[in-house]
Amino acid sequence: MTNLRQIPWLSLLVLLPLVTGVVLLAIPKGKIGLIRWLSLAAALVTFVLSVGLFIGYDETTAGYQFIEKMDWLPALGISYHLGIDGISAALELMAGIVVLAGVLVTWHVSDRAKEYFSFLMFLAASVFGVFASLDLFLLFFFFELAVFPKYLMIVMWGSPKTREYGGMKLTLYLFLGSVLALVGVLAVYFQSGLLTFNLLELEQAGFGVEFQRLWIAFIFIAFGILPGLIPFHRWPPHGHVAAPTAVSMLLAGVEMKVGAFAALRAGLMLLPDGMRFWAPLVIILATINVVYGAFIAMIQKDFKYVIGFSSVSHMGLVFIGFATLTPEGLTGAGLQMFSHGIMTALFFSIVGMVYDRTHTRNLGELGGLYRYMPVAMFGFVIGGLVSMGMPGFSGFIAEMPIYIGAWKTFPVSAIVSAISIVVTAAYILLVVRKVFFGEVPEALKPGVSDITLRDKIVVIALSGLMIAIGLVPSILTPTIQAGVNHILAILGGA
Amino acid sequence: MNFDSMILPLITFLPAAGGLLMLALPKARTSLLKWTALTISVIPLALTVWLWFAFDRNSSALFQFQVMLPWFEAIHSSLHFGIDGISLVMVLLTTILTPLAILTAFNIKEHVKAFMILFLVLETGMLGVFVSLDLLLFFVFWEIGLVPMYFLINQWGGENRNYASLKFILFTMGGSLGLLLAIQLIGALSGTFDLIGILETWQGLTSGTIFGMPAQVVKTIAFWAFVIAFAVKVPVWPFHTWLPDAHTEAPTAGSMILAGVLLKLGAYGFLRLVLPLFPDESRTFSLWLAVLAVAAIVFGALSATGQKDFKRLVAYSSINHMGFVVLAIAAAANVGGTTDEAMRQSATIAVNGAVLQMFNHGLTAAGMFFLVGVLYDRTHTRLLEKFGGLLALLPVYGSILLFVSMASLGLPGLNGFVSEFMIVRGTWPILTAFTAISIIGLLFTGVYVLKAIKLVLHGPLNEQWAGKVHEISIREILVIIPLILLILSIGIWPTWIVEIINHGVMAWI
Repeated sequence: MTNLRQIPWLSLLVLLPLVTGVVLLAIPKGKIGLIRWLSLAAALVTFVLSVGLFIGYDETTAGYQFIEKMDWLPALGISYHLGIDGISAALELMAGIVVLAGVLVTWHVSDRAKEYFSFLMFLAASVFGVFASLDLFLLFFFFELAVFPKYLMIVMWGSPKTREYGGMKLTLYLFLGSVLALVGVLAVYFQSGLLTFNLLELEQAGFGVEFQRLWIAFIFIAFGILPGLIPFHRWPPHGHVAAPTAVSMLLAGVEMKVGAFAALRAGLMLLPDGMRFWAPLVIILATINVVYGAFIAMIQKDFKYVIGFSSVSHMGLVFIGFATLTPEGLTGAGLQMFSHGIMTALFFSIVGMVYDRTHTRNLGELGGLYRYMPVAMFGFVIGGLVSMGMPGFSGFIAEMPIYIGAWKTFPVSAIVSAISIVVTAAYILLVVRKVFFGEVPEALKPGVSDITLRDKIVVIALSGLMIAIGLVPSILTPTIQAGVNHILAILGGA
Repeated sequence: MNFDSMILPLITFLPAAGGLLMLALPKARTSLLKWTALTISVIPLALTVWLWFAFDRNSSALFQFQVMLPWFEAIHSSLHFGIDGISLVMVLLTTILTPLAILTAFNIKEHVKAFMILFLVLETGMLGVFVSLDLLLFFVFWEIGLVPMYFLINQWGGENRNYASLKFILFTMGGSLGLLLAIQLIGALSGTFDLIGILETWQGLTSGTIFGMPAQVVKTIAFWAFVIAFAVKVPVWPFHTWLPDAHTEAPTAGSMILAGVLLKLGAYGFLRLVLPLFPDESRTFSLWLAVLAVAAIVFGALSATGQKDFKRLVAYSSINHMGFVVLAIAAAANVGGTTDEAMRQSATIAVNGAVLQMFNHGLTAAGMFFLVGVLYDRTHTRLLEKFGGLLALLPVYGSILLFVSMASLGLPGLNGFVSEFMIVRGTWPILTAFTAISIIGLLFTGVYVLKAIKLVLHGPLNEQWAGKVHEISIREILVIIPLILLILSIGIWPTWIVEIINHGVMAWI
């Protein structure tokens, strides 16, 4: 076993998609089969690696595991330093699942396929890297690595009407975040007096309270933009909608968590006193996210926008969980990041399947699709139940601890956020009914082809996973709790 | 793990597990699907019958057949199951009605597979509520049943099904929101969701502050959150407006389960959670509850009388009948904590009556909805004025309808009389004026039942139906016979069931 642990698993996970991305660019573009199969193979291997890491993570010893460290720029205190705790183990697994699902459901992309899959691989490398980084600079590096493939994928393969706008909006927002993050990162670097970017050392640096209060704002805002924390909630719906299916899946499923995770790792865990100071404000903003996002989702007429805004609502819960600084809240936030990642990936994949076949996302022009694609209907219903926090599904498992944490710290937030449950139920049921049930509109009468076997496998696997977690939460919770305990130790010691 | 401790999880999860297996059956083999579903649903019934005889009537334990398995350890919630007399009766009701409803649904033509699977999942949801001894788990099962019921109404319902199903789920979810929050509050405060542990700590919490608010205020708010959630489900007037729509639009089998079991979940919630967790608040607000109960009895009966649609009439009658259950609960709440022996005894009788009424209403309401469904299948109308003189045309069906209507009306010798008499006997000394008004409300029960019978069975035959409607089929008779036998057995010799109920009630009062 010790030998197995010495293999640089995390490096493999991060570098494999990166290398695959480069190799794909070198393949002649005519060989579309090779491009697809190579991407699939890479996605499959990263998936297996992420599963292996998740299972291999030992909850009893907890802490950071699978650590790899190599000097990179020793003069600047920068090192190639990877490792995962319980939360990142879960998130790596989630990312592994979503990347594989993304490749499978966009298998048919034939327009500049080589660039498409290559960029997808770069995006995957970026998210795997962020979750595994134990060096602040490295984390920032991987975080930024995602920007260019995201932008290019949206403007090149996105929906024709809004892709320039959506891509531009997304990139500018994220650029703002990056700038602020860089400022925050440098401030932390210098203030620590350690002249290192090593997160493990920075965690112990013991920054002054005043410093923490000021700089957490930079870091939290910087990384809070990506998960769409109010008032930065304007980009995700546009960005998600404009993006091609696999990118929407990765953006909403994984990238939003990348932001939340970075806010956790570089914000909350480095500057816990600052977080404590700002927690009430974060809770207020996040509660607005939750409720406002749900109401806005309800009035959307575009299938994809509904899901886009629902993400704003759901990510608010993650931040409520963070800001409670309680074991329950943080565990719930970890669970919600996982559950929401899988759920949104499923949603966007189904939206993509429907759009590819009907060429519309307008809720008024859809209807009765269960006749043609029953499995897609099933998946959407399961995703919807997760989304509305129905017991028996992963959403409930994630939301309950967050609410418990909120009760212990800010009861009002629990009460106000709960409104979103009914609103979510209303819009999800309405969308299910408009899209999948009822009469088939004239335009679709000639028939709509069923989703492919690949699509079905993805839909059923993702749905099954959410049900499994809903029924047996201990699949996920011990690992996440191991990560949370580490955070609590930092909070207690600070 | 011996059999005794696994029996409750077995009964509860068997239907859903069976439903899951049915996913593997081919969609086109409809009769195979129907028979498989029926077979699966009979197993929990058989196990419940075993449970009925194995239940220790002399035990002083609050709950029997307890089992505790780890579930969601992160927030200290576990799979804690257990039953007392009250829940045993409810489990029996559920396991009896489900196979009958499935047999009723044999005439479903569209999407048989999905229908049967949803029905089995629904059964697990309902059973789970009755056996859960963990608040969070209770809520899980409470909500999970909504999903299959929503789709049963939405996919197999009548013309107005979209409206009815959405109203049903939003009303119930909205009503449950407060319950969810209150359960979270209690869980956050107690550090556990285990009902037995909470009963000890929560009741003692009368002074001090909870999360920065005075304990009394928090408890009062939590009390109302529980009450509203259960009142929507029962339903208590004025939270009843979802019921006529949902019951009328649901497919026959769905209406049977809605009226037969789902409404009982609300009343069960009052008995299992509200009274034990909030004895003081229950006493303080018991008169309000009594007012609502009487309103439900009177308005329910009056509304039923005014209906033109047979199924809607039966739906409103549920509000009327369930009002008596709430009245008994109000009486028990009113005397909670008293030392007056006579009052306690009255309360005991009232609650016994309430649980029996829940069981009885389950039988008669399911029977009535079934019979309305039988008629609708043949005539494709539910309008009372379109019928007439059918007794001559359908003597067997007519006699059965008469019989079940009489049970519903409360004819002595049949089950409804026993439970309603027990309730008014129990509530009279405690809530005299309310009981008196309610008894007058019973008059209207007579009016609407007789009105329905007259319009359907008697009077001049509507020639439109002559030679067109055929007599009740063997399958349909097989559905109704068990109900008739139970109605008779409780009417004539109620002891067999009351002794079990009483065992549960005595432990609480």
